Amino acid sequence: MKVLITGVAGGIAQKLAMELVTRGHQVVGIDVRPWRESPSAIEMHRTDLRKRAAEEVFRKTRPQAVVHMATVSQLVASSNERSRINLGGTQAVFDHCKSYGVEHCIFVGRHTYYGAAADTPLYHTETEPPQALGEYPELADLVAADLFAGSQLWQIPQLVTSVLRFCYTLGPIGQGTLATYLKGRAVPMVMGFDPLFQFLHEDDVIGALILALEKRPRGIFNVAGPMPLPLSTLAAECKRPVLPMPEFLLKAMLGRAGLPNLPIGALNHIKFPVVVDGTSFQKTCGFQHQFDELQTVQTFAQAYPPR
Amino acid sequence: MSDPSGGPSANVELSIDERLERLEIPFNARGVDKFGTSKWHLGVWYRMLEFFYRRYLSVQAHGLANIPARGRAMLVGNHSGGVALDGAMVVAACFLELNPPRIAHGMAEKFLNALPFSSTWLQRTGQLTGLPEHAQRLLEDDRLLMVFPEGAKGTAKLFKERYSLVDFGTGFLRLALKTKTPIIPVGFVGGADAIPTIANSLALGKLFGVPYVPITPWLLALPRPARCEVHFGAPLVFAGTGNEEDEVITRHVDEVKSRIAELIQRARETRHERGPMNLLTGPLFGAGKKDGGK
Repeated sequence: MKVLITGVAGGIAQKLAMELVTRGHQVVGIDVRPWRESPSAIEMHRTDLRKRAAEEVFRKTRPQAVVHMATVSQLVASSNERSRINLGGTQAVFDHCKSYGVEHCIFVGRHTYYGAAADTPLYHTETEPPQALGEYPELADLVAADLFAGSQLWQIPQLVTSVLRFCYTLGPIGQGTLATYLKGRAVPMVMGFDPLFQFLHEDDVIGALILALEKRPRGIFNVAGPMPLPLSTLAAECKRPVLPMPEFLLKAMLGRAGLPNLPIGALNHIKFPVVVDGTSFQKTCGFQHQFDELQTVQTFAQAYPPR
Repeated sequence: MSDPSGGPSANVELSIDERLERLEIPFNARGVDKFGTSKWHLGVWYRMLEFFYRRYLSVQAHGLANIPARGRAMLVGNHSGGVALDGAMVVAACFLELNPPRIAHGMAEKFLNALPFSSTWLQRTGQLTGLPEHAQRLLEDDRLLMVFPEGAKGTAKLFKERYSLVDFGTGFLRLALKTKTPIIPVGFVGGADAIPTIANSLALGKLFGVPYVPITPWLLALPRPARCEVHFGAPLVFAGTGNEEDEVITRHVDEVKSRIAELIQRARETRHERGPMNLLTGPLFGAGKKDGGK
């Protein structure tokens, strides 16, 4: 099978590309970022998804399946840029899928879609709408991209669309929101709050994506891993001290004194849990994680020992 | 049915730690379950509850055999006034008196999860925010759910209204039908003697970000020692799907309500038999039964 991966220079995407090659698939990659020393078996194109060159890649290579991993979260890009990448890029991918006869497209989404607030339930199911968007506008374009991808299920009926909402990832690659948060010297927490965090080992993310490429499930699926852990337990497993701070102080200090520059609305994500129910994906595709919650966090902690 | 002895069963000698080990809940290697309930936090919380249950409030539980040892079940009780002391004491009874012990999962008021510390402790002790999704998930996981269909109106009862029942919600009954869960009616008396509410201050509530603050003769809603009685009734099982019309559901709800009213009456009688509480020779000052804590 010929698989096109957008955002292929990302850590997990690279590993997915190489795994697909080992399994005998042809892999084409697109990214604006460079992938130095990319294996020769992978056809790498450096371009912005919204540019003509990206369309040319679809036209020339005619992939059967697309894994769309070129979305960014708030930590990486400024707001305008982020919105252009997340929404513009996603729209371009689906347009090209339609024009060039792609059979299957996987939108790699995030479980933060559901939002974090005091009155949201644990174990969100796929039918729930996003919540608490008003308090976290920075998340809006990711939510919009997710909903846009879901709407392709009826907009382009000949294309099998799989919207996968992944929980956080941890592992030796150490990229992503949660990994970035845990990498620092100490883990800042909102005093009096200790939410559950749900995460999946990077290799299990790759396993889930390969399974989805094989089974081609049509629809929207949460992809969850092992049991969630409280943030304080996570920090302890990473051998990081926690730094509980009153909420007002934390708000004032964000972006200073070595603290990550989180938007204010993101504080809800370290006050309240976002935990999803992954049963539907497990049943449809037979997905089973290989790393339990402690093995997962330990592989991350070994790769990123405290400084 | 009442225990023949009327008092706590023979499991008193087990320590809190032994009881924690006997909980039939899948904890992971760090002692946390899928809902975020943590063994360590449970230990601290049950030690505190034990003091109130056995000494400060001197609670007597009857009809514990009506609570199934495992499998889903719904404890449906009355609020007896003050704050949700009754809820805490039912939680204590299920842990301290049952063997194997069970966690009664209450449905906490939403504002409690927005407050620091309260948020963490509620989640670590299995007291999830009161959402229908949570209730259904806990039952589907074969847990013991505790609901008070009177809601916040029930805890806001004044002292003079302590034996009455206010309007019941109907959501719990639809959920019981949908999940095929037996309902165990619970009658509780004594909460209003511990915290006799003479008025509820909405203004103070606004100040602290809570719905209301109960005012007692000594102003603060701190409990004084009091005898409490809790009666667990025989399980009620209703047939249905949960999609029945309101009239059908209301009929079932009224039946649950009248069973609870009977249990409250019985609890008043058993409490009367125990006589008044003597603070000097009472359980608080060591004359009471010794608990099994080490």
